[in-house]
Amino acid sequence: MSEHKSIQAIEDELVEEFSLFDSWDDKYEYIIDMGKKLAPLENEHKLDENKVRGCQSTVWLVSEYNDGLIRFKADSDAIITKGLVSMLIRVLSNHTPDEIIDADLGFIQKIGMTTHLAQTRANGLLSMVKQMKNFALAYKIKNSMTHG
Amino acid sequence: MIESNTITKGLDVQAIRQQFPALNRQVKGQPLVYFDNAATTQKPQVVIDALVDYYTNYNANVHRGIHTLAEEATALFEASRNAARQFINASSREEIIFTRGTTEGINLVAYTWGRKNIKAGDEIIITEMEHHSNIVPWQILCEEKGAVLKMIPQRDGVLLLDEYKKLLSSKTKLVSVVHVSNALGTVNPVEDIITLAHQAGALVLVDGAQSTVHLDIDVQALDCDFFAFSSHKVYGPTGIGVLYGKKHLLEAMPPFQGGGEMIKEVTLEKTTYADLPYKFEAGTPNIGDAAVLKTALEFVTKIGKEKVRHHENELLAYATGLLKQIPGVTIIGNAPNKVSVVSFVIDKVHPQDIGILLDNRGIAVRTGHHCAQPLMVCYGIPGTIRASFAMYNTKEEVDKLIVGLEKALKMLL
Ligand SMILES: Cc1ncc(COP(=O)(O)O)c(C=O)c1O
Repeated sequence: MSEHKSIQAIEDELVEEFSLFDSWDDKYEYIIDMGKKLAPLENEHKLDENKVRGCQSTVWLVSEYNDGLIRFKADSDAIITKGLVSMLIRVLSNHTPDEIIDADLGFIQKIGMTTHLAQTRANGLLSMVKQMKNFALAYKIKNSMTHG
Repeated sequence: MIESNTITKGLDVQAIRQQFPALNRQVKGQPLVYFDNAATTQKPQVVIDALVDYYTNYNANVHRGIHTLAEEATALFEASRNAARQFINASSREEIIFTRGTTEGINLVAYTWGRKNIKAGDEIIITEMEHHSNIVPWQILCEEKGAVLKMIPQRDGVLLLDEYKKLLSSKTKLVSVVHVSNALGTVNPVEDIITLAHQAGALVLVDGAQSTVHLDIDVQALDCDFFAFSSHKVYGPTGIGVLYGKKHLLEAMPPFQGGGEMIKEVTLEKTTYADLPYKFEAGTPNIGDAAVLKTALEFVTKIGKEKVRHHENELLAYATGLLKQIPGVTIIGNAPNKVSVVSFVIDKVHPQDIGILLDNRGIAVRTGHHCAQPLMVCYGIPGTIRASFAMYNTKEEVDKLIVGLEKALKMLL
């Protein structure tokens, strides 16, 4: 697993993988494939309170905090969105709150996502990023309250 | 899939296409296929030229200066009002109020006529297939006044008129209905709806946002009390629209907004309002876009709505037939009387995924709830994929849509 890889290293890996495709059809195929492979979210988590706002499709996102690391789980009713969130999970999951807060996530732009996806707003990529960073911030604050 | 068939009953589609520069665009490396015409149509060169001409040669404020430019700008503005009057066959130019669009027209009626005439316990009837523009203004009004909003139900895209008859009573003050549904394409029987409403003593507002471009509109024959449409869905500029109202109703209504243009005389004690239509046009209007609306309406009339309808209906039938052959596709809205809008869902596939993958092939469709969430709730779906056709679309483009869908499904399933 990617336990020991830094966020930046995983981002670089993704940029590398996407550089192998010359058409957006292939890139989408890959994103869809990641969506299909994302571990399904248990129904008990598919609650309104776990929905990410700002997506045309429904996205549920939950997090766990163990041994200083955050793990994310997510699902969506739209497969491309699910692929995108799966990518974010691959990059951000299993990292500390500080690492997640500081991640610049330049890979999103490097793989052409921001310029290509007319529907960036609709599929809520940025909302998902924001929600993940909010979780990290919340754990960080909680930590500082219990330890400090 | 078919032989080239772009000349349909006298409509030279290739010649028409050449008049729409946006159709030359490449999107994602492919020629644009624009099937989002129910959202807004592309603009012909004459409309673009007229906008440039207005700002190049005529720009001035209207109804104020006595200088030449002001007079010419005023003349263009008023000529456009007259063109709009003709287009929907209103009996006088005083009945034609320039608005920002359909949404503002409906809000104008809700805020002025509605506030004055709706009381606690009164009822307003809309339909289950309204655009949010024809729901929210009435919800706000009903909440404010303690009035009740009711909906005529529909089944498979057809309004249930028997249910409508049951809803009508002496409490009904207004029936506000969409002429053509943007989400389903249904042409509603507004003639019958209006007759029944009038028998019950209620007024009728017709939301003509989708109908005005496709159907011949005659507000006098319809006998509707209000009719609203948007220029941008009739090949004209954005930011301008028309509200028609019967003169005696408009005269009795309080003004919408206060400001310049809408007054006769202002003293600190009392203001007297300008005559129709200016009473409802406070402030400097959207002169440039209003002036060019005439160009758009004349363009449509010159090509001929009937010819266009024939062409669009052929595209609709062709697309519907091919879509039905794709496994898992369900057409949403199967009314016998439709304009060229086809809405559909596909088993196990989210509309948004289809929208993104079609966009990747340069094909523009609309996905989502189409600002008609109550209707989506009736169908128990989050949204649909909608293709809507205009005069410049072709069967070859429909073929591209079908190929695009098949490829998308291969990737998604
Ligand atoms: C049926 C219907 N009503 C109202 C509107 C609102 O029109 P506008 O946004 O131009 O005010 C639309 C636009 O999509 C529509 O389709």
